[in-house]
Amino acid sequence: MSLLSKLEEAALCLKAGKVTLPYPADPQPAPEQFRGRPIFDGSKCIGCAGCANNCPAREILIYDVSQEIRILQYLGRRCTYCGRCAEVCPEKAITMSRDFESATNRIGDLAQRLELFMSTCQRCGRCFKPTSTLEELKMKGYRFDDLQNERGIFRSQSHLEGNAVVDDVEIELD
Amino acid sequence: MLKNLCQRMFGRSLWVYHANSGGCNGCDIEVLNALTPYYDAERFGIKLVGSPRHADVMLCQGPAMRSTAQAVKRAYDAMPAPKLVFAIGSCACGGGVWFDSYSVIGPIEKIIPVSYYIPGCPPRPEAIIYGVAVALGIADKKVAPVEFKELELPIPRYHPDELRGKGELVIYAKTEKL
Repeated sequence: MSLLSKLEEAALCLKAGKVTLPYPADPQPAPEQFRGRPIFDGSKCIGCAGCANNCPAREILIYDVSQEIRILQYLGRRCTYCGRCAEVCPEKAITMSRDFESATNRIGDLAQRLELFMSTCQRCGRCFKPTSTLEELKMKGYRFDDLQNERGIFRSQSHLEGNAVVDDVEIELD
Repeated sequence: MLKNLCQRMFGRSLWVYHANSGGCNGCDIEVLNALTPYYDAERFGIKLVGSPRHADVMLCQGPAMRSTAQAVKRAYDAMPAPKLVFAIGSCACGGGVWFDSYSVIGPIEKIIPVSYYIPGCPPRPEAIIYGVAVALGIADKKVAPVEFKELELPIPRYHPDELRGKGELVIYAKTEKL
């Protein structure tokens, strides 16, 4: 009788099959709703510091090292992956990835650091990210009329004097 | 050295001791979930023991707190010599959301040395098993620090001393890249 029950149990086990997840050998992606660690996209970031203001764990630091460079530093140590930084980001530069395999032996491996180039406001001197076409040109070296620094607009006078050769301006811009 | 230690310990299997120093029990539930037959951490020889004197690995959950710091330190000292400490969860890795509270000292590494960090709030059971696999040398770690730099400052910088006038135009004699 007892032998029969044992055999029945063995048959049940065979019927149930294998339930254990073959995890490290055969990794499966996390579900769609899962929030893993945030990924910062430096090419989209405008340096508005909304994420730093909204982080509950104060893990995103923003500081200006000079007039033109703003540094965004995500340390990732005590990040709870709440996703509030991705929610407030106006440019969608932060995406919550589904990456959960972030175990490491150095806590510094979780850090992300962006060096953002910011333009300077001519009036107040603070950083801002250029948005207009003119500002994009300014970043590439174009200078418009700036009376305070005694700079004029460089205009060719060749069409007035009839000279084909322009030799009145010798500036190098790259 | 640590890798050799891990490989040697894998031959003998890891016995883990589960220490909560003031967390919210979320990570405890995930650790116990990793020991269930579905995730089955006993494939790697991991066994939960009740005393730190029997343990090779200490799984720390929760931040270092004033009320439990001495107890955690004593439990760590009671473990026999080749020992690893896993900090599980964002509280143990970095102090948690209440890192600046009066009763919280900070991350668990302020009391005891930590060998492996498993971030997450709480980490998935897979993430915990992955951390153990990294420690045993079965899997490679996938994270590295990321740095984004814009290549060079594109604005040429002019010195006002180098200006020379030519008629009505102002010409910059010397330009210099910043």
